[in-house]
Amino acid sequence: MSPHAAAGPLKGGFAARRWLILRRLCQLSVLALFLSGPWFGLWIAKGNLASSLTLGVLPLTDPFVFLQSLAAGFMPAASALIGAAIVVVFYAIVGGRLYCAWVCPVNAVTDAAAWLRRRLGLKSGRAPDPGTRYWVLGGALLAAALTSSLVWEAVNPVTILQRSLIFGLGGGLSIVLAIFAYDLLVAGRGWCGHLCPMGAFYGLLGQHALLRVSAVRRSACDDCLDCFTVCPEPQVIRPALKKAGQDSPLILDRDCTNCGRCIDVCGRNVFHFTHRFDQRSDS
Amino acid sequence: MQPDPTAKPQGKPGASPTSVARRKFLNGIAAAAGTGCLLTLGALLAGRPVSAHPAQALRPPGALEETAFLAACLRCGLCVRDCPYETLSLAPFGGALAGGTPFFTARRVACEMCDDIPCVKACPSGALSPKLNDIHEARMGLAVLADHETCLNFLGLRCDVCYRVCPLIDQAITLENVHNPRSDRHAMLLPTVHGAHCTGCGKCEKACVLPEPAIKVLPVSLAKGKLPEHFRQGWEEKAKHGGSLIGEQLEMPVRGMEGQAYGDSRREGGAAGGLNSRWKP
Repeated sequence: MSPHAAAGPLKGGFAARRWLILRRLCQLSVLALFLSGPWFGLWIAKGNLASSLTLGVLPLTDPFVFLQSLAAGFMPAASALIGAAIVVVFYAIVGGRLYCAWVCPVNAVTDAAAWLRRRLGLKSGRAPDPGTRYWVLGGALLAAALTSSLVWEAVNPVTILQRSLIFGLGGGLSIVLAIFAYDLLVAGRGWCGHLCPMGAFYGLLGQHALLRVSAVRRSACDDCLDCFTVCPEPQVIRPALKKAGQDSPLILDRDCTNCGRCIDVCGRNVFHFTHRFDQRSDS
Repeated sequence: MQPDPTAKPQGKPGASPTSVARRKFLNGIAAAAGTGCLLTLGALLAGRPVSAHPAQALRPPGALEETAFLAACLRCGLCVRDCPYETLSLAPFGGALAGGTPFFTARRVACEMCDDIPCVKACPSGALSPKLNDIHEARMGLAVLADHETCLNFLGLRCDVCYRVCPLIDQAITLENVHNPRSDRHAMLLPTVHGAHCTGCGKCEKACVLPEPAIKVLPVSLAKGKLPEHFRQGWEEKAKHGGSLIGEQLEMPVRGMEGQAYGDSRREGGAAGGLNSRWKP
């Protein structure tokens, strides 16, 4: 059942978890940058992922939160505007849903739920259509416009969780448990893969981004399905791996989070990270 | 969506593949739209109580009017981080106040009214208005001497603590010298808040010596009354125009008090009554 069943013997323990470990380190580092100040008096990043100031010079603002403020009828000041522009440019060039896999703290929660669902062999529930997230995205902006308030931020698990962690607030736990239970029992990969409007936003933002996973050695694939099992957005793999509707070995779907789990678990080393102009493949 | 292998073939046997595909597509769209709408509605309901702003939660200096503030505040907490006295905190998820927005509770920690207003400088969005350059112009709330029955000065004592701690002593809070009708021979020095100067910093509420403060800082919208537009105050009009607009008023004689000044109700001969008991220290 474990996706490491095939990768394990062919790859060492670390090789089969390399990108996973790097991602967890990256997610923890982001939080550590914010927590070194309040914990040790060493201020690196202030604020939280909604808007922050790093080393007193670099403003960063989450463009989705910024967009909600615009929808609510307020034009945020220059600092927030510049911060949002920097974030937009970075994710549009490097990789949109990189945010989901490498930064967002909810990722660890839904990964844990997906892992447990696999281990327990749960097939219960039914996932909503993956396109639902775009309706939620539109709904969040519409709700902001209707109420002149950042309504989505009252329930947004992404910002609530990281704010709770960084500022030591209570209340974040309930929403984490709700997401965990939903992903475990109701819909596999339900939150990140089907509902989260932030994921949808970053996906749209990074449609033409450079960083891509390529099924470069796809002729070596032995159809073990480990990558499909472990992938948070399994529908993105087929076109690249099986030449379904495209000849390119690149995973070009905007839903791909660049998490690199397919690279980790593949015992045949079919996948690797590359850029979107690298069309090399062995078939 | 992954095709479900156990699903029965959809549509009537005679239905064309296009009509089946179209039906499937439309079903998918409807389900997605329905879920999206439900989630949005949930967010609206969850976000609704934020308009019921608890009275004891005060916004930082320069905060826009509450509706505009909820549209402008990014919930980043930069103001909280830059507050040198740890006065500000972020509202937790699920509370009465909009989650993630900054506030302070005067009774817990009052605003120290920093000259350089670091919280306003830290705000990236302008929810704390950069137009606030002078902390004395801040209107975080308005102090209200809410309970005349427990305020020690109203009981005739000289507590004066709220008056003494006020950063704008003798402007935002004055002591008004009033006759004490209970003893009939003492003064009451009543702490009186002046909205033209009070910043709502909360020092008075924080310092009130009672177990529950008699003076409380409330949001301005809750605390402040409003005169009708057409009201004119004679004494202000008089000052504005350098003299009475209706000429000198007639002074009607009062029988038995012809020798006394207008309004002086003291009576000769030691008869009881009147406001002034003629007791002199």
